Amino acid sequence: MLRTIRIVAAVLFFTLITLLFLDFTGAVHTWFGWMAKIQLLPAVLALNVAVIAGLAVLTLLFGRVYCSVICPLGVFQDIVSWLSGRRKGKKNHFTYKKEMKWLRYGMLVLFILLLVAGLNAIATLIAPYSAYGRIVTSLFAPVYGWCNNLLAAIAAHFGSYAFYPTEVWLKSLPVLLVALATLIVIVVLAWRGGRTWCNTVCPVGTTLGLLSRFALFRPVIDTDKCVNCSLCGKRCKASCIDTKNHAIDYSRCVACFDCIENCSSHAISYRLVRGKKGSAPTGKETERSHDAQRRAFLAGTALLAGAATVEAKKKKLAEGVAALQEKTLPPREVTPVPAGAVSRKHFYQHCTACQLCVSECPNDVLRPSARLATLMQPEMHFDKGFCRVECTRCSEVCPTGAIRLVESAADKSAIQIGHAVVIPENCVASRDGVSCGNCARHCPVGAITMVPAPDNDTLRVPAVNPEQCIGCGACEYHCPARPVSAIYVEGHDVHKER
Amino acid sequence: MERRDFFKLFGAGAATAAVAACTGKKPEAAGRKKEPGSMTLRKSALGDDVSLLGYGCMRWPTTTDDQGQTVIDQEQVNELVDYAIEHGITYFDTAPVYGQGASERVTGIALKRHPRSAFTIATKLSNQRGDWSKEAALKMYRNSFEQLQVDYLDYYLLHSVGGSSGETGSMEVLQKRFFDNGVLDFLLKEREAGRIRHLGFSFHGDQQVFDYLLQRHDEAVAAGQRPLWDFVQIQMNYVDWKMAQVRSQREVNAEYLYHELERRGIGVVIMEPLLGGRLANLPQHAADQLLQRDPGSSLASWAFRFCGTFPGVLCVLSGMTYKEHLEDNLKTFCPLDPLTEEDIALLEKIAEDYVNHPVVPCTDCKYCMPCPYGVDIPGVFAHYNKCVNEALIEEDRQDPGYRKARRAYLVSLGRNLDKLRQADHCIGCGQCLDACPQRIRIPGQMRRIEAYTENLLRDTSPL
Repeated sequence: MLRTIRIVAAVLFFTLITLLFLDFTGAVHTWFGWMAKIQLLPAVLALNVAVIAGLAVLTLLFGRVYCSVICPLGVFQDIVSWLSGRRKGKKNHFTYKKEMKWLRYGMLVLFILLLVAGLNAIATLIAPYSAYGRIVTSLFAPVYGWCNNLLAAIAAHFGSYAFYPTEVWLKSLPVLLVALATLIVIVVLAWRGGRTWCNTVCPVGTTLGLLSRFALFRPVIDTDKCVNCSLCGKRCKASCIDTKNHAIDYSRCVACFDCIENCSSHAISYRLVRGKKGSAPTGKETERSHDAQRRAFLAGTALLAGAATVEAKKKKLAEGVAALQEKTLPPREVTPVPAGAVSRKHFYQHCTACQLCVSECPNDVLRPSARLATLMQPEMHFDKGFCRVECTRCSEVCPTGAIRLVESAADKSAIQIGHAVVIPENCVASRDGVSCGNCARHCPVGAITMVPAPDNDTLRVPAVNPEQCIGCGACEYHCPARPVSAIYVEGHDVHKER
Repeated sequence: MERRDFFKLFGAGAATAAVAACTGKKPEAAGRKKEPGSMTLRKSALGDDVSLLGYGCMRWPTTTDDQGQTVIDQEQVNELVDYAIEHGITYFDTAPVYGQGASERVTGIALKRHPRSAFTIATKLSNQRGDWSKEAALKMYRNSFEQLQVDYLDYYLLHSVGGSSGETGSMEVLQKRFFDNGVLDFLLKEREAGRIRHLGFSFHGDQQVFDYLLQRHDEAVAAGQRPLWDFVQIQMNYVDWKMAQVRSQREVNAEYLYHELERRGIGVVIMEPLLGGRLANLPQHAADQLLQRDPGSSLASWAFRFCGTFPGVLCVLSGMTYKEHLEDNLKTFCPLDPLTEEDIALLEKIAEDYVNHPVVPCTDCKYCMPCPYGVDIPGVFAHYNKCVNEALIEEDRQDPGYRKARRAYLVSLGRNLDKLRQADHCIGCGQCLDACPQRIRIPGQMRRIEAYTENLLRDTSPL
């Protein structure tokens, strides 16, 4: 029963959090955005005392249910481990291992030191929630996007507006590589040893382990009932049941209740205790998996989606449309960070690079940085869109407080995250001799005035009033000059109020 | 039963079912289908019968003469006029300036072949441009008698009052054309003498002029004289009824004009019931709505019925160049089936969309392409027109259809056009302008479409 409850809750959390990262319509977030905010590390970075205290109390009462229900990376490992266990003869493939204290606590100390030193970018490599976020946004989201685009193509064929295509693009190669590496490590570890990651590397697991030792409710082995079959230990994905000594390492137990369910002699119970007891029975053989079929189906779907995407791309260019040179990024010295970030320092110290804001950004402005110091943490560029004044989505989704909530469009339009800079020689007015003014026309705050060009009185070029400019990038996005815009946004280190 | 018999039976059954299905679909059309009857008539100020459908004689059919010149085809005109009179049309509207000055003569020839009592004729004092002297006006007036070969005119109008001329304002033009030179006094005397049976004016433009002329009318009535105007000709159709001022700042809503005339008991003659033919050629979604309501009726018939439904309307003019138009219109007016309030509400909604969201007359010829800044000009117009035609344009966020329309618009925009090819990337350089054979003001239209799209994007609720 307890196990069923755990599985149902875990599936629910896992699905919805994954959807948070996948959903590009913003609909899921409205309802389940809180799921990202109750993640431990983001809550710590956001100094969200209520969440931290709540999770501490939860762990002190019931053990590390956080790890088996709330943490998406934990549930993901359970899924991998479950698949691994469905192989023939591999159902009972776990064995008790001794706690690797030096590794666990070493990683935790290192992690804390990195955070204190402000090297978030490196520390977050092993942070579970953001690691999962990166895996989903860079590896699963494209597949999700392609599938969606396939559906959109089908819908378009039938004249329905039920699905609409989304652009699938590589936002950052480093993040993709990091995510891929993380995924491989996680899958290999989970496939072989269940929750190895959680009990050796994960700083959150180690921290909660410190508390779960003293949990009020714990699984306890009744030595009187135990028949020493050691099945519980073979089924323990945390490898924390020492069947010989009837002992459970509660700092590593993730409260999955598998042992209770599997014990044929009902020797293990979850109850209020202050002590140590143990037990073990025997196990059964496995069923057949339909892995091969499933794999073939997935491969087929992926191929189909890929083909549909290529097809959709082709359709977009109508005949007679001039080829457009790709825009290259302007010579930006300071990359802006979103309104609500307060300052670049505050932003980069709080961001865990979970990519939630990147996946939420409806304007394709946010993307992970490729710079070493801020690796994978988001920054803003305006070649694919601009930061719309009325959009405050990144500030709504950020679980760590790196981007603080911006209440309204009015508030946002008062925050100056940067200012526009003109490169006069790039302006089409001087280069092509045509009148333009697209930057001034699209400026939401009227910070751009068109003034006579220095060499030609009849043509006008932009001049920026930095006191008015909020750095939204509408000018840069709409600038027809290619490959480098004639006007671009230079970020502010510390955001200002207009 | 033999197999053949079975098939025979089965076939007969199926055929009956098919017929039933077909006829079953048409009760609405059949219900409105009326037997051709006689022309609906209205009464003029003098109590004369006026056919509600009037013949506009501005664009008679033409042919090429021996010298290769385009001339009005008198033979066709005769046929059309005969057919019209035979079916009850009595009102023929012409002017000295119509048909490059030939309309009066041609119309006169055609009508001369009928007894004088079988028709009424309306012509105008078209002294709009050039010489505003009394002599020139009288010459024009007298010439009309000669051209039309009549000794009295049933309806005589001051042609097109309310316009300005160059630097001269509309009020000043009015004064100069009719008041200062004594032309109006002259025409009033002619009316007393019976050479003009009904005097009126046709109105275009400045409301001030309209109000002034009605004020003069009221003064005459108050002084116990004969009312100044026996009828007035205005531009009226279901778009201009409430949306004329939105369509163009220089226009006056027909609703105002009509009610001002109606409450004074001045008969209203209507011009441009089809808004220059445009209401016979509506965007698809509007056409669909009307066809769904009544599959048997032409789009033009809706516009005519709209005008004819108002009891103060004396006559609705239609310039029927082709016999098909004449026949279709006769179907509408013999007799006229007035619109219900629901019908009028539907037409008003269509008018609103028509004015607020006109389609761009782009034919996708691509002469404007390639745009040096990458905008897919025909693509932008095609998408916008498609949305207009599918009724996916809705600006009012409170409207129940708004959410659906917004989603459909933005989704299909994303499907059809790359972000960098959309209207917001038009820089307004104007290099496309000369290339457009439709003379579309491309940058202006781009601004309009962008503004609409931007408004939808500013709404941050999820799609």
